[in-house]
Amino acid sequence: MTNEFWSFIFGRLTWDVLPLHEPIVVITFIVVAIGGLAVLGALTYFKLWGYLWKEWFTSVDHKKIGIMYMVLGLVMLLRGFADALMMRLQQAIAFNGYEGYLNAHHYDQLFSVHGVIMIFFVAMPLITGFMNYVVPLQIGARDVSFPFLNNFSFWMTAGGAVLVMMSLFVGEFAQTGWLAFPPLSGIEHSPASGVDYYIWSLQVAGVGTTLSGVNLIATIIKMRAPGMTMMKMPVFTWTSLCTNVLIVASFPILTAVLTLLALDRYVGTNFFTADFGGSPMMYINLIWIWGHPEVYILILPCFGIFSEVASTFSGKRLFGYTSMVYATVVITVLSYLVWLHHFFTMGSGASVNSFFGITTMIISIPTGAKIFNWLFTMYKGRIRFELPMMWLIAFMLTFTIGGMTGVLLAVPPADFVLHNSLFLVAHFHNVIIGGVLFGIFAGINYWWPKAFGYKLNEFWGKVSFWLWNVGFWLAFGPLYVLGLMGITRRLRTFDDPSLQIWFIIAGIGALVIAGGIGAMLIQFGVSILGKNKEWDTTGDPWNGRTLEWATSSPPPQYNFAFTPVIHDNDAWADMKARNAQRPTKDFMEIHMPRNTGTGVVLAGLSVVLGFALIWYMWWLAILSFVALIGAAIIHTFNYDRDYYIPVEAVADVENERTRLLSGAR
Amino acid sequence: MSAHTSTDTLASGTHAHPNPDAHGDGHDHGTRRTYLIGFALSVILTAIPFWLVMGDVIADTTIATLVIMGFGVVQIFVHMVYFLHMNTKSEGGWTMMAAIFTIIIIVIALSGSLWVMFHLNTNMMPGHIMNPADLI
Repeated sequence: MTNEFWSFIFGRLTWDVLPLHEPIVVITFIVVAIGGLAVLGALTYFKLWGYLWKEWFTSVDHKKIGIMYMVLGLVMLLRGFADALMMRLQQAIAFNGYEGYLNAHHYDQLFSVHGVIMIFFVAMPLITGFMNYVVPLQIGARDVSFPFLNNFSFWMTAGGAVLVMMSLFVGEFAQTGWLAFPPLSGIEHSPASGVDYYIWSLQVAGVGTTLSGVNLIATIIKMRAPGMTMMKMPVFTWTSLCTNVLIVASFPILTAVLTLLALDRYVGTNFFTADFGGSPMMYINLIWIWGHPEVYILILPCFGIFSEVASTFSGKRLFGYTSMVYATVVITVLSYLVWLHHFFTMGSGASVNSFFGITTMIISIPTGAKIFNWLFTMYKGRIRFELPMMWLIAFMLTFTIGGMTGVLLAVPPADFVLHNSLFLVAHFHNVIIGGVLFGIFAGINYWWPKAFGYKLNEFWGKVSFWLWNVGFWLAFGPLYVLGLMGITRRLRTFDDPSLQIWFIIAGIGALVIAGGIGAMLIQFGVSILGKNKEWDTTGDPWNGRTLEWATSSPPPQYNFAFTPVIHDNDAWADMKARNAQRPTKDFMEIHMPRNTGTGVVLAGLSVVLGFALIWYMWWLAILSFVALIGAAIIHTFNYDRDYYIPVEAVADVENERTRLLSGAR
Repeated sequence: MSAHTSTDTLASGTHAHPNPDAHGDGHDHGTRRTYLIGFALSVILTAIPFWLVMGDVIADTTIATLVIMGFGVVQIFVHMVYFLHMNTKSEGGWTMMAAIFTIIIIVIALSGSLWVMFHLNTNMMPGHIMNPADLI
């Protein structure tokens, strides 16, 4: 067998690319492999494969897909956070000529993969999970508009995550930072597989994100229950709509930019090279036209969650519903007018910088209006300090400070001092953790009883809450200080010993956050495995106000036996106030979509295609691409896509609920 | 909304369909006539730029490029109206809303990028800066 033969089969994939010389990676691999084998063994031993395949992997039920998104996001959070801990440890010890325990190659991958995972594979799946689970319930629909597409979208997102995880053990990940700016990400400076893993994992996941955006827009616009006009939609649904509009309008830009970068790397074009007419600055311009809307994609649904939480736990209507909706819409449009504030220092000059500085400051006005709306919702309300409400208050305190440092960075002269410093790192962690992550935690505690039928353990929830809050300030407060002292981000070693104490404090903060994550996992474990769960038979454990609380917990497969009719905002609070009766007879058969494994197959083939492209296995790339198109075409000939739930089955489920409700009252 | 009495039920029994369309107005599928008009316009709008290029009609390439891009923009609208059936009424006005939003975003992204990149090129590209006083 000749070398040409093997390089034809395996492209540039050789034994040398396995990171066997990196003991940290090898140990991680061994631990992951043992853990993975244990999970696979347990699934086989308990004969769960068939159950998982039939009830979850192939499911087109928006509720199950939503939960799968949440699981994906939480699993990836552990990976992304492990990277963060490693960076904090490195920066806490690499002083006085000591190199620390991470070499530059490994450290550069860490900060790149941490950002990519936290944005694309933690925050995005978690908010998409909420939108999937909650939106159809809030608008009184039985599923999303395109149930199969929903399943396919999830698996594409998961496929992207698989490619990122592969890069840990096969080859390497990008060492370019999370947005892979050229010329560093060009083939000349990054010849290895890292940037290719970056490109193809985001391209695969991006297909899923875009399609799920299309799906949810169609769902919200076309499938609202009768009577629910746009201005009677729950705020979470409104923010979801705006987020998905942003997704559909901005992700194609990311796809196009990464395609151009891929062309530069694969076929030698010169879009973003430093010579031959290319312009790396164009890449930075384009990727931030996607990148800025992206941060609003993440935060808007969390604003929605907080709005639901504020009105539910204050026992009041949301203050200023209309202004909340308009603020959301204004943010949606304004988010396209601020992208240059990410590169004030690139040299566009005073006129451009002042324009984008002012638009950036303007965007804080609708955001500030929202904060006041939540405060006024709480004002004279009967506030119940349950876990979601605690997260709301923590969010308002944390996020406001993050917002103020953001406005500070929006002033171009200040940005020239703070650009690329740890101050910036502290700022965006302040808004993403304090805004997005706290919102997600509020949402998990709020909707868990809806999804599973019982509340989460309160004690461990509070432990997690306090550890997260204290840990956050311990970890990022010092970074603000260091940033003001002029320390730049992404440094591996330091010369000035007087800085070390701040990094040690930040490291301790990261450990406290680790405790918060641990407490949260214990909270889930205790709640799931606990013997004396308080089962919620009413379906409305928080005295909720929106439609998802009108059905049982967990909701039946078809969500609502009869499509509700809406007369007012806060439809469920209105029904309760009018003492509306739940129909208990005359059920009809229900038309439902059928499960399909095509989504798993298509996403699996996409992962193979991505892997083949990363390693230059051209035959495999062509083969998997043809198979991908073929499988999609074959699926169009599958006409067995729907079925009817018979009347008796519906009646059984609904009668059981009637019995539980009468017992509960 | 206290006008509703307690006789209201939680749900309407008439909507057995999983996809209740709250708006009721569907889309416009077009007629053979509108498709033919669209096709004719597209052919004409494609032929003219070809002629402009092949016949070297406009001497100044900048003006020629702008004219051709203008025809491209008109072509986009022809496609949207005649083939995608965009009008103010279909889907309860949502297609028009989507079009307006798309146009706003594209105008922002394109004009903004041109503006930004023009400044960046002038200020930052090596060999261009002769005198620091020329910085915009």
